[in-house]
Amino acid sequence: MISHDIVVVGGGPAGMAAAIAAYDAGCQDVVILDREPHLGGILMQCIHNGFGLHKFGKELTGPEYAAIYEEKVRSRNITVFPETMVTSVSPDRVVTAQNRQGIMKIQAKAVILAMGCRERSRGALNICGSRPAGVYSAGTAQKLVNCMGYQVGKRVVILGSGDIGLIMARRMSFEGAKVEAVCEVMPYSGGLTRNIVQCLEDFGIPLYLSTTVVQIHGKERLEGVTIAQVDARRQPIEETKRYIPCDTLLLSVGLIPENELTRAAGIPIDPITNGAIVDECCQTEIPGIFACGNVLQVHDLVDYVSDEAERAGLGAVKYVNGLNKSENTLQTKPGNGVRYVLPQTINSTEEDVSLFLRVTQPFGKVKFTVSAGDTVLAVAKKLKAAPGEMEKITVKAAALQNITGPITVSLEEL
Amino acid sequence: MKRDMICIICPRGCSLCADIQGENVTVTGNACPKGQEYAINECTNPVRTVTATVRVSNRYNTMASVKTLTPVAKDKMMEVMNILRQTQIQAPAKIGDVVLADVCGSAIVITKEIL
Repeated sequence: MISHDIVVVGGGPAGMAAAIAAYDAGCQDVVILDREPHLGGILMQCIHNGFGLHKFGKELTGPEYAAIYEEKVRSRNITVFPETMVTSVSPDRVVTAQNRQGIMKIQAKAVILAMGCRERSRGALNICGSRPAGVYSAGTAQKLVNCMGYQVGKRVVILGSGDIGLIMARRMSFEGAKVEAVCEVMPYSGGLTRNIVQCLEDFGIPLYLSTTVVQIHGKERLEGVTIAQVDARRQPIEETKRYIPCDTLLLSVGLIPENELTRAAGIPIDPITNGAIVDECCQTEIPGIFACGNVLQVHDLVDYVSDEAERAGLGAVKYVNGLNKSENTLQTKPGNGVRYVLPQTINSTEEDVSLFLRVTQPFGKVKFTVSAGDTVLAVAKKLKAAPGEMEKITVKAAALQNITGPITVSLEEL
Repeated sequence: MKRDMICIICPRGCSLCADIQGENVTVTGNACPKGQEYAINECTNPVRTVTATVRVSNRYNTMASVKTLTPVAKDKMMEVMNILRQTQIQAPAKIGDVVLADVCGSAIVITKEIL
């Protein structure tokens, strides 16, 4: 068995940013393991622009954003094992991985989990009908079009209005396909407003809210789908059923953090985020194992993934140096109108703590209140809030002193 | 004439209102100067950055991602795509390499390194 100070599982935006932050904080023995032949993760197929506005103040494409971090990795003495699949992480931080050279075991002082997420597939939706060719998850179609140059279809229906679905609606239109409709089962879109404007409205693609695909038709190749409006309980309304001929159905119906390694290590998972329960340094409930990026919570912007990963990297270095403190653990809890709050625990109150959260439904003007019992720790006002847009509220270290009870974040509509 | 729109410059997505009085456009609802510029452009000459791919003639199953270096007129987007569809590049290529110098007023540059 070999040993390294910090082992990072995954070489996407989270893994690279975590490794760089750890290296720059003084830990010179950092290793990245990734199953792909190149670094960058999902960014390499996201050729559209809009990345890096927060981090670099300019609009970059996915590969350009990844290249900035890859260059930083290469210019430091960070070891990268490409085409290496991690098969297990043990609670005492032994990482087992395999590649063409064989199996390796690494005893790490700290492990950073940055495996990202994967797409929810047709099987999870229970859409009735046959199983013809032409039904893709939006990300698979994205890879086929953007990286391999295939045209996946000519008449397209997209189910789900998350950002990947919206981006693919534009991409398929650019490649000569006719996008007939984007259907969203919820009464609001899950994607960023800017993507509805520049990916749907620019191309005259209709967005049908409270609408879903109820049947898939075709034997060898998809021939069409039946769509229907849904009622308040999300049940299809029979009279609204309508047939749309198409040869391609793209599914953009949610992302699932890829936490198989995390679960197998016995790390407790938050049932709402589907990611590990972590403290403000992104440390899981097992000391020395950290998680960041989409494996921890699904983000809407890669810039925030990089920020979160940097916190994990710094936390891992602190742990390796024995500086991690946990004298007074505070719990955080979602209150009225808030679906989840991350981190779920706060261990150190020496520095300001940023809380990340998503709301339960779209709101107009809102006021967020962070409180512990009757004590208000922070307030933040927003002109609007939507589940598709993560909110960040910073609580000053001074406000956290002498707090014992759980910290609740709730909102009220103004 | 008043026109409501949503700013697409950043993920914040401000709700803008442009009041068009002849040549003068007054913008409200923007949180930053970029929003004002966007709204005026939308009313006079809407522009978009186009991102796409071109084939790599000496690599199997490989696409090079490209973008317009500056935004092009919105109604020229499909024209840009039609030109890119017939364009091929030779590997190796680096980020920022110019593929075509002028397509609808913008250069086309590589956004992904092809070894």
